[in-house]
Amino acid sequence: MAASSRSQVLSLYKLLMKESSKFPSYNYRTYALRRVRDAFKENKHVEDSKTVEVLLNKARDNLAVLQRQVSIGQMYATQKIVVEEHRGKKTI
Amino acid sequence: MLSRTVLRNIFGASRGGFPCRAWNYSESVSNANHREKENLTGRDLEKHELRPLYMDFQATTPMDPRVLDAMLPYQVNYYGNPHSRTHAYGWESERAVEMARKQVADLIGADPREIVFTSGATESNNMSIKGVARFYKSRKKHVVTTQTEHKCVLDSCRALEAEGFDVTYLPVKSNGLVDLEQLEETIRPDTSLVSVMTVNNEIGVKQPVKEIGSGRVCRSKKVFFHTDAAQAVGKIPVNVNEWNVDLMSISGHKIYGPKGVGALYVRRRPRVRLDPLQSGGGQERGLRSGTVPTPLVVGLGAACEIAQQEMQYDHRRISMLADRLLGKIMAGIPDVVMNGDPEKRYPGCINISFAYVEGESLLMALKDVALSSGSACTSASLEPSYVLRAIGTDEDLAHSSIRFGVGRFTTEDEVDYTAEKCIQQVKRLREMSPLWEMVQEGIDLKSIKWTQH
Repeated sequence: MAASSRSQVLSLYKLLMKESSKFPSYNYRTYALRRVRDAFKENKHVEDSKTVEVLLNKARDNLAVLQRQVSIGQMYATQKIVVEEHRGKKTI
Repeated sequence: MLSRTVLRNIFGASRGGFPCRAWNYSESVSNANHREKENLTGRDLEKHELRPLYMDFQATTPMDPRVLDAMLPYQVNYYGNPHSRTHAYGWESERAVEMARKQVADLIGADPREIVFTSGATESNNMSIKGVARFYKSRKKHVVTTQTEHKCVLDSCRALEAEGFDVTYLPVKSNGLVDLEQLEETIRPDTSLVSVMTVNNEIGVKQPVKEIGSGRVCRSKKVFFHTDAAQAVGKIPVNVNEWNVDLMSISGHKIYGPKGVGALYVRRRPRVRLDPLQSGGGQERGLRSGTVPTPLVVGLGAACEIAQQEMQYDHRRISMLADRLLGKIMAGIPDVVMNGDPEKRYPGCINISFAYVEGESLLMALKDVALSSGSACTSASLEPSYVLRAIGTDEDLAHSSIRFGVGRFTTEDEVDYTAEKCIQQVKRLREMSPLWEMVQEGIDLKSIKWTQH
């Protein structure tokens, strides 16, 4: 992987994780964090620059989805669920 | 029957003492009568209370944020009627609907032209069963289904019986699966339709759909095969051509899509003909008149596409969580039985009977976890589930069953919490139960003759 795309991947990963952590809903938040992490892990060894570009575009689209959905989630936030109170710190 | 009454009285008397936060709160503001009523109808959570965690993914699933994201533009700006042919508003909606049709078709290996959008799996089931039977009624008068089908299939069959059709409700084996040989013998020259669900909504068993659709049972005898795949599509690989399915019902809200939308797959070759239920503008090949709800259909399409992408990932994770839940509960308490075949099943639906504990009391004690004792459609009644009765579960075990649903958004912490609470409450309820005490003393409950009043 070229150095430029490497830094792009890393910054996109950070942005996605940061945005995911803003979901007020416990289940959406934990899912988004887990899914982003697993997707990047799964494609860690992709070398082909075309494939990397496709994946990067997919990640950018997903980042936009996350930003919109986090805003909507924040508008209609509800009470926390029981497991958050007990061990909320750990799951985030 | 009487053992149940005894249990109910004992648990009924102790209900007030549950160490449940929500409970104590309501006590301070309302009298006992009010409380009793509240108990049946439920109430909203107060602002400072915590929400129960969700473990009822068979009843419905939360919408995936990606699905909502796909739908919103069609709720806001693109409001055209997809059937309007004269302006851009109509064209853009039509394009979106056709795109969704392709997404649904791809998930089940069908052609987009074979997909009909409906209001949900109940409508799809009604359409296929009543539609096929009525269309072919001049020559064929017989329909075959199983006893463990969803209520809407069974009730559609009842309606057909009232119209003079002959319906066979096949029993299932004790593992919940239909006996293929028995099914083969049941088919007569005047059988028009066989309807067997893919994954059961209460016990999660996977019927041998591929074998039923194969030449031997349905196709060669020119019998149409309908399957209710509401609980299967998007969760396990489904292919209408490999399975030789002629009609398939799909639901939006079981696959993290919107509620109020579903689809019906209707095979074109060999052609399946239906009598439509609704008359009107002739939309959806004339099979389902009424304007197609663009936003909902777009949501269903997005949910299908996501389900296809995520199927492997979700399946691996759900299997892991289900094993974890089952392992913890089984290790924590004795006399726990899992209902349905242990192998041929969808792992995300776990139906467990806790012997000597009444299911409703346990649900009541597990206020912090949203669970159900079976299908949401029948959860208001205290009767044991007809599915459990059909697989030959003892009356007392059928009353003590709970269904755990694990889904895309379930976490390890939720599973651990549920298992922990479940073990704790079952132990507590058993300690109060005279039946449990008798079992501990070595008395065989089956040998006791309970006197009638």
